[in-house]
Amino acid sequence: MSPLTYIFGLPLLAALLLVLIPRNFRVVIRSLALLATFASMVIALGMYWCFDGGLARRGFQFVEAHEWAPSLGIGYHVGVDGINLGLIVMGAIVAFAATCVSGRIATREKAFYILLLLMAGGILGAFASLDLLCFYFFHELALVPTFIMIGVWGRGDKKNYAAFQITLYLSLGALLVLVGLLALYLQLPPDHRTFDLVKITEFFKARPIRADAEQWIFPLLLFGFGILVSLWPFHTWAPLGYACAPTPTAMLHAGVVKKFGLYGLIRIALPIMPYEAQKWVFVLAFLCLGNIIYCGLVAMRQRNLNMLIGNSSVAHMGFAFLGIASLSTLGITGTILIMVAHGFLAALTFACSGYLEEKINTLEMEKMGGLLRPLPFIGTVMIMAMLAGCGLPGFANFPGEAMVLFGSWDRFPAVAAVAVWGALVIASVYMIRAIRHIWHGDKPWPGLADAPSFWRKLPYGLLLGSLILLGCFPRLLTDSIQDSVEPVVVMATGPHAVVPPKAKKPAHAPRIRILRDAQ
Amino acid sequence: MNLTLIIPEMAVIGLALAILLLDLWTPAQSKPRLGYLAALGLVVILGLTFSQSIASDPVAGFSGLYVCDGLGIFFRRFFIAAAILAVLMGMEFADRIPVGIAEFYVLVLLALAGMMFAAAVNDFILLFVALELVTMSFYVLVSYQRSLAVCLEAGVKYLIMGALSTAFLVFGIALLFAAANTTNFTALSAASAALANDRLFWLGLMLILLGLAFKIGAFPMQMWVPDVYQGAPTPVTAFLAVGSKAAGIVLLLRVLFGAVPFISRQWETLFMVAAGITILYGNLCAIPQRNLKRLLGYSSIAHAGYLLLGVAALNSSGSAAILYYLIGYLFTLGAAFIVICLVCRQSDDISSLAGLNHRSPLLAAAMAMAMASLAGVPPLAGFAGKFLLFKAVIEPAAVNHAYYWLAFLAIGGVVISLYYYFGVIREMYWSKDPADVSPLRISPPMKISLAVCMLGILYLGLFPNAILVAAARAVSAFKF
Repeated sequence: MSPLTYIFGLPLLAALLLVLIPRNFRVVIRSLALLATFASMVIALGMYWCFDGGLARRGFQFVEAHEWAPSLGIGYHVGVDGINLGLIVMGAIVAFAATCVSGRIATREKAFYILLLLMAGGILGAFASLDLLCFYFFHELALVPTFIMIGVWGRGDKKNYAAFQITLYLSLGALLVLVGLLALYLQLPPDHRTFDLVKITEFFKARPIRADAEQWIFPLLLFGFGILVSLWPFHTWAPLGYACAPTPTAMLHAGVVKKFGLYGLIRIALPIMPYEAQKWVFVLAFLCLGNIIYCGLVAMRQRNLNMLIGNSSVAHMGFAFLGIASLSTLGITGTILIMVAHGFLAALTFACSGYLEEKINTLEMEKMGGLLRPLPFIGTVMIMAMLAGCGLPGFANFPGEAMVLFGSWDRFPAVAAVAVWGALVIASVYMIRAIRHIWHGDKPWPGLADAPSFWRKLPYGLLLGSLILLGCFPRLLTDSIQDSVEPVVVMATGPHAVVPPKAKKPAHAPRIRILRDAQ
Repeated sequence: MNLTLIIPEMAVIGLALAILLLDLWTPAQSKPRLGYLAALGLVVILGLTFSQSIASDPVAGFSGLYVCDGLGIFFRRFFIAAAILAVLMGMEFADRIPVGIAEFYVLVLLALAGMMFAAAVNDFILLFVALELVTMSFYVLVSYQRSLAVCLEAGVKYLIMGALSTAFLVFGIALLFAAANTTNFTALSAASAALANDRLFWLGLMLILLGLAFKIGAFPMQMWVPDVYQGAPTPVTAFLAVGSKAAGIVLLLRVLFGAVPFISRQWETLFMVAAGITILYGNLCAIPQRNLKRLLGYSSIAHAGYLLLGVAALNSSGSAAILYYLIGYLFTLGAAFIVICLVCRQSDDISSLAGLNHRSPLLAAAMAMAMASLAGVPPLAGFAGKFLLFKAVIEPAAVNHAYYWLAFLAIGGVVISLYYYFGVIREMYWSKDPADVSPLRISPPMKISLAVCMLGILYLGLFPNAILVAAARAVSAFKF
């Protein structure tokens, strides 16, 4: 069996086992959840170690395929290449860190861990899947627990509203994607219909997709996936949802689940529908400015720390979209690096804010100040994370954003120029202001204690370490990403992109006319 | 005359008569237990239908009135399963029915016999008879709690609306006969060319469709659904929602794609509009509902709309998807109504579910699963069904872009429905003030039925292949 099956199968299996354990066995429940996510992380790291970068150009590794519903062409098919390698490793690390910080959940632990493991296993499965239906299926599996987690363990007065808002928004996005994927599937000739992504890509590489179908499917996927990634102006679910979600949920969702849409765009929409992609990237480039500038400005106005982090995470997605809009190897490689880096970053900042909230019972920044003295460890970690968020070199976000900006310069110089402002000025303003409000100053905090033991520090250290490691050595990932992205870019800008594929006349004219003519 | 064809139907009627007779000698306090006999008999009959081999060619009987084919056998099993659920729930409900519990079982069985005939009709005359057998039995069943005003109100509404739709149906059949000089499906489909533009024939068919829309609860004949669902005793509501609706659907399929495929082809816009309006109406009206059964009534209108998507698609995958969706709907509604039957003893208000998670985790899980399945969340049956229906609707979209818009509308409906279905889940898991926190006791038959329903929901969601192949085979005789 492929290690991928274990990576997402272990959390799901653990979720199933937890159902059988009585709810009073708190220690057993927590240990099992930790064990499953830890094992999944170790296997993911092992898989990274064994991944052969030289073969990234040739296709997928660690492939496993079985039939599932052959009459529909649905199968179980997993595999990994440069594009999803980093995402899976990042997802597994974040899942472990999220399980570590779940120790603060004090009510209905059993249900919480079951949902958390479902979420982690679901999203890792989505990234590993090479079958479009499994891909969708696993993502949904990760989505539904969010609703219950926000509702039951959420924070604040608006949690009911937030739970419904995030669920309805994301379901709308997911259903648009489903219609798009189905329409794509139905473009295959009836006896070759399959949801296997590899076969579909091969098929449309040889024979371009029909123009009249493409003009429906591409926007469906673009906006469906866009809603899932909080593309401006469909982003309003994100800040409030994250502010109300319990910390581990926010970490997993903002860090990992949200990257699903970007991944889908790169993996499916760009290579298969190049002609429409060329047309729509202009729209995408301007919408992503909405993310970068508008949401950056909104983040500036926030007084609640979680709302600030949520808005800044929406703003960061703008750079990822800009990289996709650039349709260049450099830009898309940068996008994937940003996705990985932002996964670590979002999880880290939400973990820190969760710790803070637990200690001082508020996240209003005006009530904070001078916290660095009593909380040196968390403070240092969070300041580093916030600096990473405004693109400081040395953290993984910097190489990603730099690659995106360089990559998009050829196609959209004006947008890139404006985006630089968003990255350097706006982000710096709100991040540095937040640092001053929260950590500096001389407000006394008697009786406040820092994360005491190694175990409490572990998740923060793990996420920060990954961020710095990738920041200093981005080539750990970029080489294989680049090798896998190149075929995508070749397809997206190749011959099918320039000449619109000829639309065939509908095979049969409307049937009514025939019948009437017969009269 | 080929009586061997209708052995299962005869067996059901025989069972009903036997219970009616046994009722005379059964002491009053053990009358509810007659339900065991009814359920057991139905299980045996269900097993019998599986031992019957499905003939590769349809066998017609009774001078072409009746046809025994894959579709008929498929729905025959479906209806028996629905009736078993209704009988078991009736036993649970017996303490709330003042008199005549044995007749309750008998009426359920008679309605079942009508549905089984409906599954196999090949002539408008038998269609009418079968449908009337179903509807007559339901007139009584709906108003079975005679001491409750709301129940009687539901009965009267059902009677009036039912009589109206029957009038439409009869008038339609008469006009159709006037135009075509036959009521047999096979003869009609052979006489296509001459009838395709006959306005009288169109009018007759339109009236018949209205009569069937009443059974399905589809626009424009959906007005009765919420009131009747709310007022009827819970087991009857369940049987109405699953059995009666499926009977309407199978008749619709047989009429449209068996008898008059040449006209259905021209009416695609009509079906699309009807499906779209039904979906929107059901989902939008369900939003403010606080009564659980009324909410499920509106949701059942919405589901009638989803089922009509498969009709509007006008292809074989659409009809197969309808069959698949109905099986999922049987298990899902089965679970939901069992929970309602057990929990909502005083009122059907959503708030009576509050704190169910503490009172009985099993019931809460079953209800949450049913609601998620109705909303179409993977990996449950509702998702697989909606997936297949969407697939069928998008199939012709490449030629006729209006189908894309129909799909968007259906998506809109699904998103709206998430709001009220998840509202029920919220009530069970994190509502503020549970009024009643006493633990609930569940009887063994209910526990088994609940487990079967939950397993069915999961099985249909995870392993669609086998049943989808069976459904595709069942509709292979249709012409599109």
